[in-house]
Order: sequence, then structure tokens, then C-alpha cells
Amino acid sequence: MIVAASPAQDELRDLYRELILDHARSPRHFGKLDDITHTAEGINPLCGDKLKLYLNIDADRTISAVAFEGSGCAISVASASLLTETVMGLNCAAALKFVDDIRTLLAGNEEPAAGPDLGKLKSLAGVRDFPSRVKCATLAWHALASAINSDNGLVTTE
Amino acid sequence: MTGLHGRTMAEATPGTAPAWRTDFPALHQEVNNHPLVYLDSAASSQQPVSVIDAVAAYQRQDHANVHRGVHTLSHRATEAYEGARDKVVSFINATGRSEIVFTRGTTESINLVAQSYCRPALSSGDRIVITHLEHHSNIVPWQILCEQTGAELVVASIDSAGQVDLDEVKGLLDGDVCMLAIAHVSNALGTVLPVKSLIQHAHSLDIPVLLDGAQAVPHMPVDVQDLDCDFYAFSGHKMFGPTGIGILFGKERLLEDMPPYQGGGDMILEVHFDGTTYNELPYKFEAGTPNISGAVGLGAAIDYLQVAGMTRVAEHEADLLAYMTARLSDIEGIRLIGTATNKASVQSFMLGDIHPHDVGTILDHQGVAIRTGHHCAMPVMDYFGIPGTARASLALYNTESDIDALVTALVAARKIFA
Repeated sequence: MIVAASPAQDELRDLYRELILDHARSPRHFGKLDDITHTAEGINPLCGDKLKLYLNIDADRTISAVAFEGSGCAISVASASLLTETVMGLNCAAALKFVDDIRTLLAGNEEPAAGPDLGKLKSLAGVRDFPSRVKCATLAWHALASAINSDNGLVTTE
Repeated sequence: MTGLHGRTMAEATPGTAPAWRTDFPALHQEVNNHPLVYLDSAASSQQPVSVIDAVAAYQRQDHANVHRGVHTLSHRATEAYEGARDKVVSFINATGRSEIVFTRGTTESINLVAQSYCRPALSSGDRIVITHLEHHSNIVPWQILCEQTGAELVVASIDSAGQVDLDEVKGLLDGDVCMLAIAHVSNALGTVLPVKSLIQHAHSLDIPVLLDGAQAVPHMPVDVQDLDCDFYAFSGHKMFGPTGIGILFGKERLLEDMPPYQGGGDMILEVHFDGTTYNELPYKFEAGTPNISGAVGLGAAIDYLQVAGMTRVAEHEADLLAYMTARLSDIEGIRLIGTATNKASVQSFMLGDIHPHDVGTILDHQGVAIRTGHHCAMPVMDYFGIPGTARASLALYNTESDIDALVTALVAARKIFA
């Protein structure tokens, strides 16, 4: 039984926070976009997590629409769902900054220094105690960076 | 009997799981503040202290290169290495050393057969027959071979219980089929295939048969002469031995006609720039310095299994599998994947709509080690329309209390995702 008795079980509760479970059960922006300018696929062969990220990026480099579809564990689906909420309406440079900050957050060594406020994304921090699951949480973010960087010749902050 | 790490196992009857359990040091530890419950032996089994000690003793005292030194240590190493081969001969009832090739594992054994036995004989229009439930190691080597030769890979279907249809497989066999390559026991589903009947039928058409025995050898008596298979591949690390050592059994007359798989030292009798003479069997297939300590460990693992008795092991695991299946079936929302009539040692399942990796993490935090994912059998997952399964797999050292801990942990997982 899960009771808050041991550190291990606290970690488990920290991983499967209510916000994560909510996004895993009801992922936001799940599906395909009508008008896609950028896309990338993320595959985690270890887990079988597989997702496709769709973006519509304006001429002024604003992400005007985002959606994803695929299948995966609760962590990867929740992370992708939180991603869509986070980057909707952002410009690409700001979105890529989130990618860096998420990587830093989940690498577990330090809090992101001078990034945007991670807000809800901080609920992903519980993954730090589960090294085998970090890739699940970062999958969608890698796909985001790949999608944004996939266009021809446009310079990014990277 | 005194167990390891100070646990007294006075009540354990010799020749039973509780007694066997005391022989495996890795099982006696806590993981995430819970006693370890190891239900992942189909991925890799733990090693008894006799295997660990045999490898250490070899490394401490007897190590040198094999087959090429006149000094004492080289002689000892050669004796140990060839002694291990003799143990394999007797364990699977081969006719002699010439039929036992040491490889890196099941995967290399199958690749060896594909490249050395099949490739020289194949041409466009020939066929290789496998089944839908094979491990990737019994799929990809044949796909590569087909790309190289223009031969066709034919896949026999499975049913919703994870069973092959004997008549369908027989119907796929004809004069253009060069090899029937099938699992003895499915790693993802636990299905025991009707191999004897298939071998008899294939042989009536002069079709050779390779069995992937990785999931059979640790769990049941295997007699290659009784089976009459032409090739039999298995791995040390799934039968309580070390990783990086495996076996290819091949009938001597087939191995004799096959060209070497790799070239190098130890597989030759004479090397000149105008021609090289290959070594005799089985050394023709063992190029380079082999995994000597791995072979020593495998030999010790076979000694362990011989004392345990494979019939007794099989009976214990059959009882335990029945218990596990019954207990799992009682969990609300569980879907068992792989429900063949004739099964061994593993049970795959889905727990409601919880992704298998979430199940795996939650179980791990209660000390229960299972495998989650596609189990290197992606076509099986495609067939069932799922990304992967959670899989609990048994070995001789598991007991009913391991199953009880599994069930408790699964009920807890359901609560988290309720």
C-alpha cells in the first residue's frame, strides 16, 4: 500500500503529482493541427514512448499553434501536454529557452538560474529522483527543439 | 542451513525454492527500503555464489590464454574452458564437443547460422520461416540475410492467446524453405511451442530447424537428440551464468560443411599467404581469444542446475506460474497478455490503462523488479495493439511470497492512478 511512510514512497508521490496525473489522463492540445509549418517526432526506444509534435510558426517566429499526438507513459504524455500550454504564443527563442531550463531542471544539479518562471513545469521536477524516467520527461522538449530548428537557414538562439 | 547475509534459513528444505534462494546473494538485499523481489529473470537471471566463486577462482589462479601455451596456467585455462564445453554437452545431451560452439550469446549463435549455414546456400526465391512471436534476435538476422540474398522471410501468425497454429506453420513449409527458425519458449508471452512436432514435419521435407532456446534452457530439461533439432541457441546469463557467453549447438555434419563465421586466431590450423587451413570443429567457429571466464561461469551454472535437477525446477516453476496467473487474474482491471495452454515462466500483462513504464516505476519503488516495454518483440506488441507490457518472469529461486509482493504492489499502483 502507498502510505506516506518511507522516503521512497514520498518520492513516488512527488513523481506522480496530481497535476501530472491530470495532464496524463487529459492531455491538452492532443491531436493534429490543420496548418503545420514545423514538426518533429520523438521516440524513446527504451520505453516505446512515441510522440509527434506539430507547430505553426508565424513569419515573426511566434508559435501560434501547437499540438501533439502519440502514446507514452504518464510522464511523457504529461510533459508534452505541459509543453503545449507553455509554448503556445511564445516566440521561438523564448520556447527554446524553456527547453534549456527544463533540461537543467531535470538534470537535477541546479535550479535554472535566470530563466523564465517555470510555473507548472516545476511539477516535473519529481523525475529527478528517477534517473530511468528522465528521458520520458525530456522527450517532447527535445522534439520541440528539433522542430523549431528544422527550418531552413533561420537562425535560432542555439 | 545458514543463508547469506546472516539470514538463517533452517526451515528451507534442500531442493526447494527457499533453499535455492539462499544460494543467490543478489536476492538478499533491500531496494527502495523493501526486500528485493526479483521477477525479471527472463531478461537476465541472478548468479548463485558457486558461479561467482568459480569465475573469481579462475581469475585469481588459472587465467591464461587457451589452446596455445605450454605453461601450466595456459593448460589450466584450457582445461577449464574445455571442461565447461563438456558440461554443456552432457547438459543438453549433444553427441560431443564438436557440436558445441561458444558464442557471445543466443543472438550471435543465430547470426552465425544465418551467415554460415544459410547464406552460402540461399538464392532469390528461397524462404526462411519464423513465427510472429519471435524475439528480435530471431527476426533481424534473417531480415539481413534476406537483404543479402533476395530470399523471403515468411512469418507464421499467432492467435489471441499467443499460440502458433501447428497446421498453419506446416502449411508454410515446402521445398523452397531453407530454414525453420522458431523459439522454443516465447520470451514475451511464455508460450511453449510444439517444436517436436514441427521438427518432425520439417525433416520430412528435408528442412533444417533452428530453435531459439534462450527462454527454455533455464526452465525445463532440454535434450537436443530427443528434439532432433539441427541448431539450438541459448545464453549463459539467462541460466544463472555470466553475460557475454552463449552456445550454439549444431549437428556435427552440418557444422562440418559450414564455412567459418569469422576469421582470426584459434580458428586455423595453418596460415600462409597462399592459403589457410581452418581448424577442426568446434574451433573453426571460435575466432580470437574466447570468453574463457564466461565459459567457466557457465560451466558452474550448469553444475548448479544439474544438482537442482531440471525436472524439479520445471515442476516448481509450473506450480508457481499457475499461482501467479491466478493471483494476477484477480486484480481488477488487469489484462493478461499471453494465455497459451502450454506456457513457461513468464506472464505479461496490462494494468488498466496505466502505461507499463509507470507500472514498472511504481513497482520498483516497492522493491519489485519486473521488465516493462516491448521485450525485444515489437511484432508481438503490434499484434496485440499495445506499446508494451509489464512482464513478471520466474526462475527457480522465486516463491509464492514474491508473487504476493507483486500483487500488493500492483494494487498500490492502481490506487495511484485511480
